[in-house]
Parts: sequence; C-alpha cells; structure tokens
Amino acid sequence: METLPQDPQQLAEALDAAGYLPDEGVATAAFLALRMRRPLFLEGEAGVGKTSLARALAQVLGTELIRLQCYEGLDAAQALYDWDFPRQLLHLRAAEAAGVTDVDKLEHELYDRRFLLSRPILRAVETSSAGRPALLLVDEVDRADDEFEAFLLEVLSDFSVSIPEIGTVRAEEPPLVVVTSNRTREVHDALKRRCLYHWLEHPDYEREVAILRRRLPDATERLASDVTAAVQRLRGQDLLKPPGVAETIDWTEALVALGARELDPERAALTLGALLKYREDQERVLRTDGLGLAASVLAGG
Amino acid sequence: MTAGSTSSEADRDVTDVLVGFARTLRAYGVEATPDRLHSMLGAVDSLDVTSRDDVYWAGRLTLCATPDEVVRYHRAFESYFGGEVAVQQRPRTPVVMVRAVAVPIDVPEEPGGEGEEDTETAKAATASGVEVLRHRDLARLGPEEREQVRRMIAMLAPKGPVRRSRRRSPASRGDLDARRTVREMLRRGGEPALLERHAPKVRPRRLVVLADVSGSMQAYADATLRFAHAAARVRPGTEVFTLGTRLTRVSREIRGREPDAALEAVSAAVPDWSGGTRLGEQLKAFLDRWGQRGTARGAVVVVFSDGWERGDATLLGEQMQRLHRLAHRVVWVNPHKGKDGFVPATAGMRAVLPFVDALVAGHSLAAFQELVDVIADDRPPMRPVPSSAALSGGSRA
Repeated sequence: METLPQDPQQLAEALDAAGYLPDEGVATAAFLALRMRRPLFLEGEAGVGKTSLARALAQVLGTELIRLQCYEGLDAAQALYDWDFPRQLLHLRAAEAAGVTDVDKLEHELYDRRFLLSRPILRAVETSSAGRPALLLVDEVDRADDEFEAFLLEVLSDFSVSIPEIGTVRAEEPPLVVVTSNRTREVHDALKRRCLYHWLEHPDYEREVAILRRRLPDATERLASDVTAAVQRLRGQDLLKPPGVAETIDWTEALVALGARELDPERAALTLGALLKYREDQERVLRTDGLGLAASVLAGG
Repeated sequence: MTAGSTSSEADRDVTDVLVGFARTLRAYGVEATPDRLHSMLGAVDSLDVTSRDDVYWAGRLTLCATPDEVVRYHRAFESYFGGEVAVQQRPRTPVVMVRAVAVPIDVPEEPGGEGEEDTETAKAATASGVEVLRHRDLARLGPEEREQVRRMIAMLAPKGPVRRSRRRSPASRGDLDARRTVREMLRRGGEPALLERHAPKVRPRRLVVLADVSGSMQAYADATLRFAHAAARVRPGTEVFTLGTRLTRVSREIRGREPDAALEAVSAAVPDWSGGTRLGEQLKAFLDRWGQRGTARGAVVVVFSDGWERGDATLLGEQMQRLHRLAHRVVWVNPHKGKDGFVPATAGMRAVLPFVDALVAGHSLAAFQELVDVIADDRPPMRPVPSSAALSGGSRA
C-alpha cells in the first residue's frame, strides 16, 4: 500500500505522475477527502475531468477503482447485490435429481456466497482491507432519481451491508468514495452535506496546454498552444455547449491525424465536429470566426 | 493536529476568527451552519492553519454546495480576510445580490372585523357573487374580494401529465419480472409458479413556471405567484422563476405551506420589481443555466407574460424555439387575452405564438381554473409546423 501523501502538494505531484494535472483546488480537495475520510463530491460541466481524477487517484493509491454508473431507475439490486436465481434453480434441480433429501442443508447451500452477485457498492465494501481501501466512483449521480439518493446516503453513513440470508458485511476499512455530477439537476442537500463539495471549472490556458502536451506527445507545441488559445476563446462566447477538456483533446487528436502542425482554417473547419457537438454552435463559430483565425476561407461555411 | 504545543489561547483565537468569518459568510448568503463549521475546523486541522490558501480551501470545500455559493464564499473570504485570493480557478459565475425592496405584493393585515366589511364579505360569499367574482379582472379587485380570490387560488391543485420512469414496480400486467418469478419458484422448491410481472412506474412531469412580474404585469404578480405556490405545493419538484429586470429562481422560497409566508420570501428574493422586461434575454438566461441542462426537458412550461418586448423580438423568437424543442408542452398565459377584442398583435406575441402549444388568459380566477385544465391535459400536443415567416424571422443574428 502506498503511503498517504502528507500534504496537497505531494498528492498533486503523485497525480501528475499518474497522468492527471491537478490545480491547487483539486489537489486540496482530494487530499482532504483522503485525510478526513469523507466522500468527495465533484460537480462541473461535462468533460471537465471528474472521472479521470477518480482514475488517477486510484492509481496513486495503488487501489482498485470500482465504478458505479448511475442512471434513472438504478436500484439496490443493481448497485448493491443480487442473487443469481437461475443458478440457484439449477442447483436445486440438480440436487433433486441426485436424490438429496436433507432440506435444511439444501437451503443453506442455496443461499451461499457463491450464488451472490456482488454489485459495485458491495464489492467496494468487500475489497476494502485495512490499510488498502478501495475507491468507489459513483458516476453521474444526477442521472439517478431521489430514491437512489436516499439509498446512497444510507450506505455512505456506515458502509455495512446487511444481507438477510447471510449476515452483515462490514468493511474492514471504509472505502474512499468519489461522487460526480454534471449538474443536470440539483442533487439533494443531505447528500452534498455528507461530502466535501468541489466545483470543477475548465482549466486555464497554461494548464490546458500542459494537459494536451502530456496526453498527445505527437502534437507540436505550436498546435497545442493554437488549439488551447482557440478553445479558451470559445469558452468565453455564448455557446450552447462550451467545449470541455475532453473535447479539446479529441479535436487535437483529429487535427494531428490530418497532419496539422498548427491550427489552420481548413483543417479546423473539417474537424470542428470533434469540438462542438451542436450544429448551431458550429455554424455560429464558422460564421463569426469564433476561433479567431484569419478566416477568409470560411465564407459560405 | 495543530503544529507544536499551541496554547489554548491560540486555539481560541482561531475559533474566534472562524466564528467571525461565519458571520460574514451568512451576510453574503452562504449558510454556515454549526455542523458545517465543525467540518471546516476539521479540514483546517488537516491542513496548515497559518496558510491563507489552505484556510480558503478548507472553507470552500466544506461550506459550499453549489457553484453560486462558491462565488459568494469567494467574495466573503476576500472581504473578511482582506486582499485577493490568488486562486488558479477563479469562480466565474455572476453573483445574484439579494436586496430587500418594498414590494407591490400585498400581505393581508390582521382581520379587523368591522361591520361594513362583514356585509361586503357576506355579499361576495353568495353563489352568484362567487360566480361574478370568478370572472372579475384580478387587477381591479377590492381588498376583500382579493382575499377571497386568494383563498380560491390557494385551493387550485394543478395536476398534470405524467411520464413513464425507468423504475419498475410489481404490477398485474406488463413485462415479465424474471427475478421475482424465479424467486417464487425457489420458494416452491423449483416447481413452476405464476408468472410475476412488472411495469414502469409513472412520475408526474415537472412543471416550470416563468412569471413576468415587472412593469405591466405587476398588477397580476400577486395572483400569478399564488398560483405558482399552489402548484408547487401539489407537485414536488416544481421550478418557479420570476422575470423582471433579471431572471431569479424562487423555487426554494415558494415552497412552504402558507401562501403569505411563501410570497414574503419570494418578494425578499427578487431584486427589482420596477423596470421593463427583456423577455428574450431572460429566457435565454433561463435556458442556458437551467433549461438546457434538464430543468425544461420533457417538462410542462407555463410562461406568464403579456409578451411586451422592448425592441426587436428576434431573440425572443429564437429562445422560444429552443424552449419549444426541449419542453413537453409550452403554455403561455397572457392576461390581455381575457379582454374583449384581444388580438396577439404585438411583435413579442407574434414572435412567440408559433412555439406555444396553448395560449390562455390569466386575468381572472376563471382563467386560472382553465389554466389548471390546460396543464392537466394529457393529450399529445399538436405541434404546428412554424410558418416560414416565423422561421426566417428567427434566423440567428
């Protein structure tokens, strides 16, 4: 087990080594979450780096990342555990065919651990050992509904899962939890209060260039700075969906694939779909030269 | 663990500073409740109490719960501890400053119980009196009549269309529920059992109210907000916004059992009641910050406004088109429609009409009752194809 970092700076360096470039806020938030053993609630626009932080954090801690993707209608059976009923039925039939008559023993066998399907939350509880807590990522909790939030709140308070047929499973050490949200709806206050809340903004110019260069070593320095300048400019404009870091990386990848060594109007127009996902935004940017290129080529775009 | 063996006096200093900070925070609109302050102290403990940045982050991570609160916290911190906080991610969303302003919403005084008023009330209470009252223009009611209308508005319960959710619950008809069926079979020792079924639960669609309460709509503001309050009481998750000089979200304030208390809270939250409305801009602000992200998606959106737009109505048309695409149904309530000889001739009304599923009057109690019916109407809305004039007029500038 890697030793816990002693201060946010150390954690920032470790995250950097794992491929995630944090700013002061993110490093402090993650550090406090580890130290205080409180869940970390990350909220921000789509594509701003919430899920990647959880992955990098798991790597830094040398622990497994267990991911629970939320959606509307997610319930305890999908999140916590379920019984493998078909197998149980088969076992029952097989035993009958073999002429087994000890009913108690049969029942005991039916509700055995091997027929239990551990879903993410139970898996996180089971695999968290002393000195080596697992990292549970509850992704996009705003897509789940109120009932699930209440359930999650309950789970986060004591991390003991009671399975009626088997008993209570308690974690040796409570797992670390990162909850993310895209803010498509207001998550209940009670859940946020339980966590450390951090609002993630888009990175600034220097950081975004650094991220690009780290992720895409093939891109030239000129291309990286051109692209970042253009995207930073776009974010200040009135788009329906301002691009996130993920989109910047996609766009740069597309440009590199087309052989660009700097940002030029033709290739920019061709690959714009990797950056802007709304037709209105694309049209608007092309029409008003939102990228800030000397675009005499784009007339009639 | 604080460094070294600091005396209890130093500890007390830290606590005093933080308590003072908490007071400043509350003044700026950040809820610094005791349990959160306790968390903040814990966080400061884990970091370096002498570093300003560390204290900033300790507070921000434990006391804030929304990006708006983060912005307010930032300002409060700079104001209390002085100087600028050099934070790499400076929060960018604008702050909504709350100012208490004298407001044209009447909160009824204690019932006096004079003789003359009793007879008037008695008069209004007769059946024919009530019928007449239902059709009276809300802007021209006397105080007792207004009281009575308020009571009747409070009794309106706008139910509405429902949508299927992803959650399933046991039902007598529907898709096969494999899990429950097999579980039942297990109980019978593997023998076949009756098939269990499940069907999607239904949830009510969200109701979003956008109420223009400034300028020419001020006279109807009271009744409109009371209607919104009645709706919010019946349907959890209702979102209410006021349009005036700026867009204000009052969903939290309008929740509450008593209409009067709710309206007081709302009037305290809206910054400015006078001045004209720029409908297009505020509709855009609503869509950008809330509507697009899911608040208006699949919802029933009710807009209370006379459509009086200052200047060019092109932006208004564009935003209405956006709203129309996101929402399940768009209902427009215009008090002038109730008056004789109304024709939606203003530029604003012409711009919005192609994107409205139902245009309703909102000038009297009877009109509100009709509005309740329109909201409850579950038939799929007939979406007329917007005329080419509307489309070309709405091309992006």
